Amino acid sequence: MNDMTQIPARDPAYNFAYLDEQTKRMIRRALLKAVAIPGYQVPFGGREMPLPYGWGTGGMQLTAAILGAEDVLKVIDQGADDTTNAVSIRRFFARTAGIATTEATPEATVIQTRHRIPETPLQAGQIMVYQVPIPEPLRFIEPSETETRTMHALNDYGVMHVKLYEDIATFGHIATAYAYPVMVDERYVMDPSPIPKFDNPKLDMSPALMLFGAGREKRLYAVPPYTQVSSLDFEDHPFEVQKWQHCCAICGSHESFLDELILDDAGTQSFVCSDTWYCAQRVKENNQ
Amino acid sequence: MYVAVKGGEQAIDNAHRLLAKKRRGDTAIPELSVEQIRQQLPLAVARVMTEGSLYDEELAALAIKQAAGDLVEAIFLLRAYRTTLPRFSPSLPIDTAQMQLSRRLSATFKDVPGGQLLGPTFDYTHRLLDFALLAEGEYPGPETSAQARVEACPRVLGLLAKEGLIKNEADDDARVADITRDPLEFPASRAERLQALARGDEGFLLALGYSTQRGYGRNHPFAGEIRIGDVEVWIDPEELGFPICLGSIEVTECEMVNQFVGSATELAQFTRGYGLAFGHAERKAMGMALVDRSLRAEEFNEEVVSPAQREEFVLAHCDNVEAAGFVSHLKLPHYVDFQAELELIRKLRQPAEGSRDE
Repeated sequence: MNDMTQIPARDPAYNFAYLDEQTKRMIRRALLKAVAIPGYQVPFGGREMPLPYGWGTGGMQLTAAILGAEDVLKVIDQGADDTTNAVSIRRFFARTAGIATTEATPEATVIQTRHRIPETPLQAGQIMVYQVPIPEPLRFIEPSETETRTMHALNDYGVMHVKLYEDIATFGHIATAYAYPVMVDERYVMDPSPIPKFDNPKLDMSPALMLFGAGREKRLYAVPPYTQVSSLDFEDHPFEVQKWQHCCAICGSHESFLDELILDDAGTQSFVCSDTWYCAQRVKENNQ
Repeated sequence: MYVAVKGGEQAIDNAHRLLAKKRRGDTAIPELSVEQIRQQLPLAVARVMTEGSLYDEELAALAIKQAAGDLVEAIFLLRAYRTTLPRFSPSLPIDTAQMQLSRRLSATFKDVPGGQLLGPTFDYTHRLLDFALLAEGEYPGPETSAQARVEACPRVLGLLAKEGLIKNEADDDARVADITRDPLEFPASRAERLQALARGDEGFLLALGYSTQRGYGRNHPFAGEIRIGDVEVWIDPEELGFPICLGSIEVTECEMVNQFVGSATELAQFTRGYGLAFGHAERKAMGMALVDRSLRAEEFNEEVVSPAQREEFVLAHCDNVEAAGFVSHLKLPHYVDFQAELELIRKLRQPAEGSRDE
């Protein structure tokens, strides 16, 4: 472990990682089912967490259920380790589980994330936990849960293709930039959570286990390691990821997902890596 | 430059200290005690207990104090605490017919066995600000008579049911689901629906109930009976073999008499909607009863056309802790998704700008 890893003291007032053991067992059972049926949304008895719904309660329950004393946890929000909600969730587990936390992607055994997959390639043995607001990829086409569950069961995804086609007819492109729907293991259409579509290719055949938790909606799902994950597209309109004409103003990366900053009243733009650890690492390497 | 996107632990700590200061107000004014809130804001305590799904006046009052009077926040605090509590036994159904009444009214009959009991209510008060409350002082209670006693008060709708005029509702002894332990799936049972409505936001249920009165899923309600008072809570532990009383709780119960149903083969009967809340919570119980009835549209072969009749719509959106959480999460950073959208909209605008130049 390097200097980025810290081990705090556990608050003895709470069970390890906050949730009681029965609840963790219930979530682990649901997770096993999810891993066995990649991309299928498993209902689970989501609990009220001491953080608001919509702020990562699903991801936190999954993290709580899988954490062991030896785990090293990394928490990112928008790719950054130091955004307020990432800080808040990391502190929560440092306090209730007393586990080591880190900002270094390769050192983490569990990475809870909101809206990004790290730029540094994931390794076998690592687990990604995604915070999911709306787990149902068909929700904005068909609001009824009863209907969408039937559509998944019947492999009836025609409406999704029609929606993507209508985008092309209207705009000339598929007008989905994040939470871009994917087909998992050629069976279930899945919402990869609101990651930018830039990150979608990282899901395909990843050596890491991907777990998705939606607390308010009480659903979880998974993509096991080395599973085929393809972004929906058409032969004549193949899926493509975002590209920037700029490079990162800090580390100079041309490959990473960039956040846009507005620097002054004239609207002068600057672009920096959204993945803060990746960026800091590159700066360190460049200086050596 | 990069400072703009750094949150920082110190900022969070300072924000919490500022909040504590805001909550305390002017330190020259004595601090509000939890017991004062419990005693003097009982209706706020009742709402927090009802929607927080936990009957504990002291903890509800503490939550109100901690939330600086924000009741939805207080409900959230109580819920988060409730989740950590072990469950040792379900109670037996409470028997509201045996309630020690503090208030009881029926709008369907001029007089009913047991009589009407106005009790503590805002009804018939003139909503004129009482400036006497600005000054501190003692307020005399009502005159009481030592001989007065409450007669047995059978439930009004029970009287209608005896005559067969209203659909009988019987316990089917089925295991009652717990929506706080198992995820709600659709279609939900009536027991699950009532649980969700009991935890549901008072304002949301009030508005939905109101919408049925204005014609969006009209179901012709009458306030058959509203009763408020104390009921005993009993449990029947397996290892004992006999039921024991845990104590009593105050509840508000509302039974609406609604539009009748009938057919060529079935005699016409009124139907009912049911509302129950902890403490003195009339508005909540009435809203709940109206929405319970409107959600029974399918059961009574009524056309489902209005929001208040659509189970998924009502149940998925009635919980204010879920709703407040998801709305407030918009305050979290969305730089990445917004950047993805920016990139997309710029790309979509390219051909349009090109054609203008030509």
